[in-house]
Amino acid sequence: MSSYVIRGARLLGNDPVDIVFADGVITAVGPGAAAEVSGHDEIDGTGLVALPGLVDLHTHVREPGREDAETVLTGSRAAARGGFTCVHAMANTEPVADTAGVVEQVWRLGREGGYCDVQPVGAVTVGLQGSQLAELGAMADSAAGVRVFSDDGKCVSDAVLMRRALEYVKAFDGVVAQHAQEPRLTEGAQMNEGPLSGELGLVGWPAVAEEAIIARDVLLAEHVGSRLHVCHLSTRGSVEIVRWAKSRGIDVTAEVTPHHLLLSDDLVRGYDPIYKVNPPLRSNDDVEAVREGLADGTIDIVATDHAPHPMEDKECEWSAAAFGMIGLETALSVVQQTMVDTGRLTWEQVAAAMSTRPASIGRVTNQGRPLAVGEPANIVLVDPAASRTIDARDTASLSRNTPYAGLTLPGTVVATFLRGRPTVRDGELVTPLSKEGVSA
Amino acid sequence: MITNLLSAGDLDRTDAIRILDTAEELLGVASRPIKKLPTLRGRTVVNLFFEDSTRTRISFEAAAKRLSADVINFSAKGSSVSKGESLKDTALTLQAMGADAVIIRHHSSGAPHRLAQARWTKGAVINAGDGTHEHPTQALLDAFTMRRHLVESTGTDLAGKNVTIVGDVLHSRVARSNALLLHTLGAHVTLVAPPTLLPVGVEHWPVETSYDLDASLEKADAVMMLRVQAERMNASYFPSAREYSRRYGLDTARLGRLPSHAIVMHPGPMNRGMEITADVADHVRSVIVEQVTNGVAVRMAVLYLLLGGASGEPEASEEGTS
Repeated sequence: MSSYVIRGARLLGNDPVDIVFADGVITAVGPGAAAEVSGHDEIDGTGLVALPGLVDLHTHVREPGREDAETVLTGSRAAARGGFTCVHAMANTEPVADTAGVVEQVWRLGREGGYCDVQPVGAVTVGLQGSQLAELGAMADSAAGVRVFSDDGKCVSDAVLMRRALEYVKAFDGVVAQHAQEPRLTEGAQMNEGPLSGELGLVGWPAVAEEAIIARDVLLAEHVGSRLHVCHLSTRGSVEIVRWAKSRGIDVTAEVTPHHLLLSDDLVRGYDPIYKVNPPLRSNDDVEAVREGLADGTIDIVATDHAPHPMEDKECEWSAAAFGMIGLETALSVVQQTMVDTGRLTWEQVAAAMSTRPASIGRVTNQGRPLAVGEPANIVLVDPAASRTIDARDTASLSRNTPYAGLTLPGTVVATFLRGRPTVRDGELVTPLSKEGVSA
Repeated sequence: MITNLLSAGDLDRTDAIRILDTAEELLGVASRPIKKLPTLRGRTVVNLFFEDSTRTRISFEAAAKRLSADVINFSAKGSSVSKGESLKDTALTLQAMGADAVIIRHHSSGAPHRLAQARWTKGAVINAGDGTHEHPTQALLDAFTMRRHLVESTGTDLAGKNVTIVGDVLHSRVARSNALLLHTLGAHVTLVAPPTLLPVGVEHWPVETSYDLDASLEKADAVMMLRVQAERMNASYFPSAREYSRRYGLDTARLGRLPSHAIVMHPGPMNRGMEITADVADHVRSVIVEQVTNGVAVRMAVLYLLLGGASGEPEASEEGTS
């Protein structure tokens, strides 16, 4: 029997309420709602903000294939520490998640771990090769119930193939999440193309390579009447194209990563590959543009693009290093710093951008729900007044490639509940009592 | 004085002139019957070359040996590097062998910065060319050569001199280092190239740019031709080698448009017939062979100033590496 009462937490950052839940379902919410209950496990919510459990639409868990970098279990644990109750596992594993068998394996590993729901993303094309559609319907019909399809890491650059994918997934209400990167314009690209790439002698990754694909794809989505999701949008021009598309009524959604909200390309100056990521860190003007876009709703969601890599793939010269940075455990703090503490988003809007809308885009029906009676008790408690200095070693991920080491960021996750059971309490992971017997 | 030489931008005017003046003194050593000074006796200098460059390597090797340093040549070809050993492990190995200076040539831009900033080696790091980034000792030897011809005195900079650099600026580490150093020394630099071979953001560099070589010759005190690899035309940077030569190559007709005192330079190796004709390369105004001679003196000066008595004990700290 698991029943909990959270006393006096600020629901979505508003006035304090009590939240009561039992057997995974919220039974009472409101000021003084806890007065009439007894025998529940008590949690003092004073000063804490209660949000629906966060949902990440863009996580790399590396299993199967690169279990040295991350597994479904370790990625889930990092997610729980970051306040997530659901993550979408990207398809660029080895083997690629392009069959029902692979997506069901990932989905099952997530359930066995018990730290958060792991919703696999299916590849759009066989082996991410960009030449033949994967069996999208089989993945949709599998136990994993895949609704998001992406060749992330690679762009579906062939216009006809992209058109067909957009059309085909309509049969099961799927969405294509595009990694927008024109391949010919980015051959050998190492960093944002701008004054600094010229100075540092690194091959540039021009904004136009992202914007050209987004422009093409929103027009394709309009033409065939499909919905499109744009992964990790990173430039001012991309924000403007998506804003234009939405004004035309095109069914497009877009995500921005925490690192593109906070960091800019001048960090590349020292050639430390910890800052090497794809799409690359952009200019300060682009950082401002994606903040504006998130604030005005042009950008729908924040997604982490959590990309673990082993140490040796980052402790090397720039061009030899892997692209990517981890981000599950720092995402909410970065959003608080860049958007909440600057007055650009309320906590209610953060809940929409990091829980409600990503769940809706991914068609995950039992996540991103309001914190109301009868709803699943997926809850995260955040202490917005706390701050912490990021230590790369203090992570549940198997990898340490965080770009925030040494930075002091606001906000800590005090507790995370997945269907009424704590996965994090007092800031520490709680071992699930799952029947599969996961060891801590 | 700086402790590493990673970028020509690391040098302020005082440091740059000090290196050039020191090189002037050391140039005399090369003309003696016994070309050796005892300055770096007992010090170990490693030539760490991940990219073939016999010219640069032997220039550094000669410089170190003339200062009596022990020289270890570490070439990536045929070593553990080709079997997948990382830059970090290579550096830790050299550190364990007691390298006082590591001269690194690498195909990846910024590799010398990683070596120095990640503290994988305690020795001084000298950039001998990294990717398409920089080649600071080339810029120093170019400035040294210009000063000998255009100013003819020590202790001075290149204030007011006009230097035209022509060719594949986009991929040229020589151009980047020269633009920085020549600006520090007060020269006016004009970069001439087809628009495809100028980097994005070049308008932020302390230089002028032009697409027209003929218009950039009449005021030049020195013109420096950059090597252009013919394979660039396969990536559509220009239509053909012939067209490149016609528009951006230095031939005798263009040589005639230069002021009579102007010198012709090239960092080598030359593509005769591509960016420079054989007539011009071998012309009396060409100082290309002299650049090679001056390279040894300048590299001696860099080693002397980075490793000599002036910079103190490089082995003083006891930080651990893991």
